[in-house]
Amino acid sequence: MTDAKNNIEITDESGDKYKYGFVTEIEADTVPLGLTSEIIRLISKKKGEPEWLLQKRLQAFEFWQNMHEPAWAKLSYDPIDYQSLSYYSAPKQKNAPKSLDEVDEKLLKTYEKLGIPLQEQKILAGVVAVDAVFDSVSVATTYQAQLKEKGIIFCSISEAVKAYPELVQKYLGSVVPYTDNFFACLNSAVFTDGTFVYIPKGVRCPMELSTYFRINSRNTGQFERTLIIADDDSYVSYLEGCTAPQRDENQLHAAIVEIVVMNNAEVKYSTVQNWYPGDKDGKGGVYNFVTKRAACRGINAKMSWTQVETGSAVTWKYPSCVLQGDNSHGEFYSVALTNNYQQADTGTKMIHIGKNTSSRIISKGISAGFSNQTYRGLVKVAQGAEKSRNYTRCDSLLIGSTCGSHTVPYIESRCKTAQLEHEATTSKISDEQLFYCRQRGISEEEAVSLIVNGFCKEVMQQLPMEFAIEAAKLINISLEGSVG
Amino acid sequence: MTTPLLEIEDLYGGVAGKEIIKGFNLTINEGEVHAIMGPNGAGKSTLSNILCGKPEYYVSSGKITFKGKDLLKMSVEERAREGLFLSMQKPVEIPGVSITPFLKHALNSIRTYRGEKEMDTVEFVKLLREEGRKLNLGSDMLKRSINVGFSGGEAKRLETLQMAILRPDLAILDEADSGVDIDAMRIIGEGVNACRTDKTGLLVITHYQRLLNYIVPDYVHVYAGGKIVKTGNKDLAEELERTGYSEFVKEQA
Repeated sequence: MTDAKNNIEITDESGDKYKYGFVTEIEADTVPLGLTSEIIRLISKKKGEPEWLLQKRLQAFEFWQNMHEPAWAKLSYDPIDYQSLSYYSAPKQKNAPKSLDEVDEKLLKTYEKLGIPLQEQKILAGVVAVDAVFDSVSVATTYQAQLKEKGIIFCSISEAVKAYPELVQKYLGSVVPYTDNFFACLNSAVFTDGTFVYIPKGVRCPMELSTYFRINSRNTGQFERTLIIADDDSYVSYLEGCTAPQRDENQLHAAIVEIVVMNNAEVKYSTVQNWYPGDKDGKGGVYNFVTKRAACRGINAKMSWTQVETGSAVTWKYPSCVLQGDNSHGEFYSVALTNNYQQADTGTKMIHIGKNTSSRIISKGISAGFSNQTYRGLVKVAQGAEKSRNYTRCDSLLIGSTCGSHTVPYIESRCKTAQLEHEATTSKISDEQLFYCRQRGISEEEAVSLIVNGFCKEVMQQLPMEFAIEAAKLINISLEGSVG
Repeated sequence: MTTPLLEIEDLYGGVAGKEIIKGFNLTINEGEVHAIMGPNGAGKSTLSNILCGKPEYYVSSGKITFKGKDLLKMSVEERAREGLFLSMQKPVEIPGVSITPFLKHALNSIRTYRGEKEMDTVEFVKLLREEGRKLNLGSDMLKRSINVGFSGGEAKRLETLQMAILRPDLAILDEADSGVDIDAMRIIGEGVNACRTDKTGLLVITHYQRLLNYIVPDYVHVYAGGKIVKTGNKDLAEELERTGYSEFVKEQA
């Protein structure tokens, strides 16, 4: 414990703005470096998985070996050596904790320091239920009993594999198949934990559900898997948060989120991504390669993605909606902020298949320092998706003259009755604007943050209130040092 | 007994390597209203920008003292917090930043600097609505982004509203009358007068006499060739309206 404490203090004293950069000194059970079918068997065995899941993993691994890392994104990073990573790391616990009281205190302290209280009586009591994922495993899930009364399943995916195999088998990989892309395939082979949510017919989830991902161990990739199923006429709002210690070497994170939305159901999925972005010279930081997709399978199904992306050295992420059900609706609200040497290639895909489907994309990109950002979005209207509509707006804000911002929209329409709109703007915080604010007594940094917050207000309003405040603070912190 | 608020001594300076202010002298005492009049392109705005410390403007020599302190040593925001306000000639648009939180932020930055307690939202909104009403700026306007889509008159009234909220010790009105119709000019004049006390000063920069019917100056200075070439009382403004600036421009040439 002393070690962890010292580490926490050292990071704080350095005055570094990334306040989640500390390391928890906890004994971990880590598998040897490298990726082979033996390693996959070992992970599966450690997790006590059924044979069908092991077979799925091995199938994905075989396929992955013949795949190539995608090169189309506007990102440049050193090649990743997949054999020098460890694919499983779990904090050692003598016995699996049966309740929150049995969870290792170091872990509880870690989450407390991250502002995520795992004791149910704490601040967010009754408002948010949390699944805490630490490296490769879920260490605690709160409010399970209370949610179960309504028939809601909220647990780690490892637990779901054992307790609800028929649901997992039916839906896992049904939205994002292992053949989808390089990183999704890798995840399908080695995913270790994540969250499983099932909202039964007609149930409105009474609280926010959330997962908090934490990468702790060195040289460990985090490959989590989230599966959310919203049955007919149900509603759930879900939030994920992510942080990682400050390390000089890059860490790999390749996740999959699959969401199934049935008739008249609605899912709101919000992300506040604050993985370690690397230092001001671009050293270290998380490589974030994520596949997120929702299938709106039912009529009137509604899916809304909101993301605030401030972290990671490299981001590759396109939360998407497949609008299969007639009248289904997809939304994507995004704020991506890059500073220093961060790179982000992010956007969405809206695939209109059902009749009268609609989608809305609002993307706000803020680039500062030497960072580079690309909005990449696909709006596709399939044959027969009569009277489908999309509205897209991409706004970019540049701070300084050494950053870059790019917009790459793809539009494919095979339907004459579709109506598609695309608007894009690029603006810069001008010296005149800064002078105006400063002349009124507002400092330059505050002025930048006022302008940036004004710029992304429309997206921030989509976040649940408790998190909108946190996200606004996060944006201000991430902007520090971007002017002057 | 007069107390000087602003003292400018033998000031030289300009912008982008071009010297525009050449040996400028002016003292404004507490409670006084000074008008600076001059032809277009004489560098009147250069003077206000230098006083406020706008980054691209430079001072090559001279001294500026504000409330007994060396103004040239202060940053733009410090000058503002000390009580210097500039009603801008062309107020810039700031999309997405609405007037209410912006002005609250500004006021509280100034109050914090002066060691005063911050004003809470309820109290602030009440104050803002009250002052807004006087300037014919309704609560719908106050919800809008700063200067975005504002007409000339609206933007100038918003500048005056900011002055009324921030209550500066010295306000510089840089062509507060340009792009403004006669009714708006009266409203602005009344708004500015309402902010005056026997401790505050005003520097009105204009090339028309019109605004001075509403804001009556104690002194009128003719500015040409980078310095004050003639000083008089309000009658001088009326005289200039009749004769124009050609006499002074010629003198400099």
